[in-house]
Amino acid sequence: MRIIISILLLVIIALGITLSLVIIPFNESTTQVGEYYIDNGVEETGATNIVTSVVVNYRGFDTLGEVTILFIAAVGLGAVLATSKKSKAGKKKIEPASLVVYTGCRFLFPLIILFGLYVLIHGHLSPGGGFQGGAIIASAFVLIYMGCREKRPAMVLTKVIESIGGLVFIIVGLIGLGIGGYFLLNFLPGGVPNTLLSAGIIPIIYIAIGFKVGSELTGVIDNLIEESE
Amino acid sequence: MIIFMVSLLVILMLIAAIAACVFKDLLGAVIASCLVSLIAAVLFYILQAPDVAMAEAAIGAALVTAVFIIAIIRTKRHEE
Repeated sequence: MRIIISILLLVIIALGITLSLVIIPFNESTTQVGEYYIDNGVEETGATNIVTSVVVNYRGFDTLGEVTILFIAAVGLGAVLATSKKSKAGKKKIEPASLVVYTGCRFLFPLIILFGLYVLIHGHLSPGGGFQGGAIIASAFVLIYMGCREKRPAMVLTKVIESIGGLVFIIVGLIGLGIGGYFLLNFLPGGVPNTLLSAGIIPIIYIAIGFKVGSELTGVIDNLIEESE
Repeated sequence: MIIFMVSLLVILMLIAAIAACVFKDLLGAVIASCLVSLIAAVLFYILQAPDVAMAEAAIGAALVTAVFIIAIIRTKRHEE
């Protein structure tokens, strides 16, 4: 009896999925919103990278949600690991990395940071932006933790940068609310597209997001590594 | 030509994904999953999504691998 019911259920589910897949028109656009962004995105926001104008301007509120999720995840990890850290007394001496790793990390760190900052600042012009740049910067700090642990950043500093990044995002959004009546209004002038100082509030918000994401992910790595000693 | 390259990459990605599941040495499995992310980033770039490709390369290939390796340091390297 149970077998018959489960087979029946499977058939119903399979039928439902195939029928709905048949209905979906693949390879042709059903909504006009994507085409609208491609056609009018550059004039409306001033950002040459349409993806950035969607992420920060048209769908800026969703991005605030994403940033909040990342923040809560980092805080939760810190909270969970901090309780187990307190119970352990005495720190073990860390074994220094080999000369090759040490030199390689010190050589690559500024280059990766430079690339991360480039990606982060040019988010409205070229592919990339806050999330990508922040992740690149965090991966540079992973190198620091691998090679020369004694040069690791102060965790208080990363927390301050993280808080300032989040605050800048929300304050810029609230200024838009005060001036034009809705949250995250692009109140600054668009400027000439394809120049660094264009697209109004988009670069400000994306740079804030970049610093926030970078310091948050660095904090996550720091929490895990300090725990693992 | 591009079809040949993409199919080669997809086959490599499948092999790496299967290896990540099968390997008993967890460090090797982590490196294999890193390879999956790296090839996914290249495929995203070929599919004209450079933004996603950058995020995938930085997070999937670098940071997630680092987190997994830290987890291996804290636990055991070999699966029983």
